[in-house]
Amino acid sequence: MRITELFQRGEFVVTAEVGPPKGFHIEHLIEEANTFLKDKVHAINVTDNQSSVMRLGSLATCKVLQEQGLTSIFQLTCRDRNRIALQSDVLSAALLGIENLLLLTGDYTTLGDNPQAKPVFDLDSVSLLHMVKKLEQGEDLAGNPLVGEPPKFAKGAVVSPCSDSVDVQLAKMEAKVKAGAEYFQTQAVYEPEKFIRFMEKAKQFGVPVQLGIVIPKNAGMAKYMNANVAGISVPQDMIEELQKDKEKTKAGITGVEISARIIRECKDYCQGVHIMALGWESKVPDILAQAGM
Amino acid sequence: MLITQLKQKEAIESLVQGKTLILNCHGCKEVHFPEEEAVELQKELSANGDVTAIVTTDYICNPDHLALQLKKHMDTISAGDTVLVFSCGVGVQTAAKYLEDKKVFSACDTYPLPGFQGVTPLEFDCGQCGECYLNYTGGICPITACSKSLVNGQCGGSKNGKCEVDKDMDCGWELIYRKLEKQKKLDTLNYPTKIRNYGNPDAE
Repeated sequence: MRITELFQRGEFVVTAEVGPPKGFHIEHLIEEANTFLKDKVHAINVTDNQSSVMRLGSLATCKVLQEQGLTSIFQLTCRDRNRIALQSDVLSAALLGIENLLLLTGDYTTLGDNPQAKPVFDLDSVSLLHMVKKLEQGEDLAGNPLVGEPPKFAKGAVVSPCSDSVDVQLAKMEAKVKAGAEYFQTQAVYEPEKFIRFMEKAKQFGVPVQLGIVIPKNAGMAKYMNANVAGISVPQDMIEELQKDKEKTKAGITGVEISARIIRECKDYCQGVHIMALGWESKVPDILAQAGM
Repeated sequence: MLITQLKQKEAIESLVQGKTLILNCHGCKEVHFPEEEAVELQKELSANGDVTAIVTTDYICNPDHLALQLKKHMDTISAGDTVLVFSCGVGVQTAAKYLEDKKVFSACDTYPLPGFQGVTPLEFDCGQCGECYLNYTGGICPITACSKSLVNGQCGGSKNGKCEVDKDMDCGWELIYRKLEKQKKLDTLNYPTKIRNYGNPDAE
């Protein structure tokens, strides 16, 4: 199922994310997905060597989730593949029945655990969207015809609504819409007012946007993100909230409360929510329940 | 050695926007510059467009030297709209920085050849990509100023105007956007999706 069909029906689309392990044993990932995400979310993103850390492949993991009856979203970055490999992998996704894509530029290689790797970036997020659109029209990026019925995907992209350069991000968002983006998932939001202001400007593009949530696990994580992660800023009072009752925070209760509160404050301004649990998949049902989903 | 090649005639004609001063750089022996071809083309541009002056000088990649060479032309430049530069990418970027209120366009594409690369980088670097992007990006090179050499806009890795790869490095796309914003030329960025051509045997 393409998640664009859900947006078209006016549904508030709920997605979560799993990160493949550093190895090929994914029993634990499947169990978590079946226990905590099945029937709770519409689809599950599978990250593509997230943060440039080498892991099991996104495409294979998507296929395994599909076999479990789960709808997957294949995340694809430009960091590790040139345009030949990107096109080939997108066709492979079509063969395997994967119909949802999230197309990104990708983090730089030196940020990960194999910093000696060659950074590819033959294409970028915008030209990658354009590339998929071309495949859907029955030809490759160079204009050579495909054999048989062309593939069809829900083409997703990302944007950072709380970036300190939000106007530059909006310009990029517009370029992505023109290149074929049909839905957006955002970087983590901790400042609902900023998100709402962003949505006032973003709604002109007429493309559905899912609010991004990263569950705040503790104050240390929040401070780390403030110092190091682009497009994220956790307000001081939220850091204090995480520090106040350490046992409650450790049990995940504070993070769940904060996440649910952000969703409640933003949900009237967007078309869905995307929860990046980063290992805390077990908290996703509580967040959705508290958010009134 | 570098080869500076003229862009397509139609592309260059479209860059003569309003009162235009043409700036040629014949500095480096290490840069092949198509002198005769450029003279012919510039005659045509002068006949058909509002070319206020043709200035031919050398080593415009050196900011102090450029300032000195342009001194007696600054009134003409200030009263005009556009400066069209015939040089390698470093020369265009140096002129774009010095004349930051003006539209500074590149009439050339620069390719590399093996060997010594000419007198160049103080502050700027030319990627010698053979498909110069400077006319779309306010004279700031996205190939060399962006760690990922992105040609369609800023990635999600910019924080406080700095690059995710190096916190001491400015985000190239932040610089591009802010410059065009200041010039009220943000519409320049509304171009169709760009895709690099690595198939050119001469390009880096």
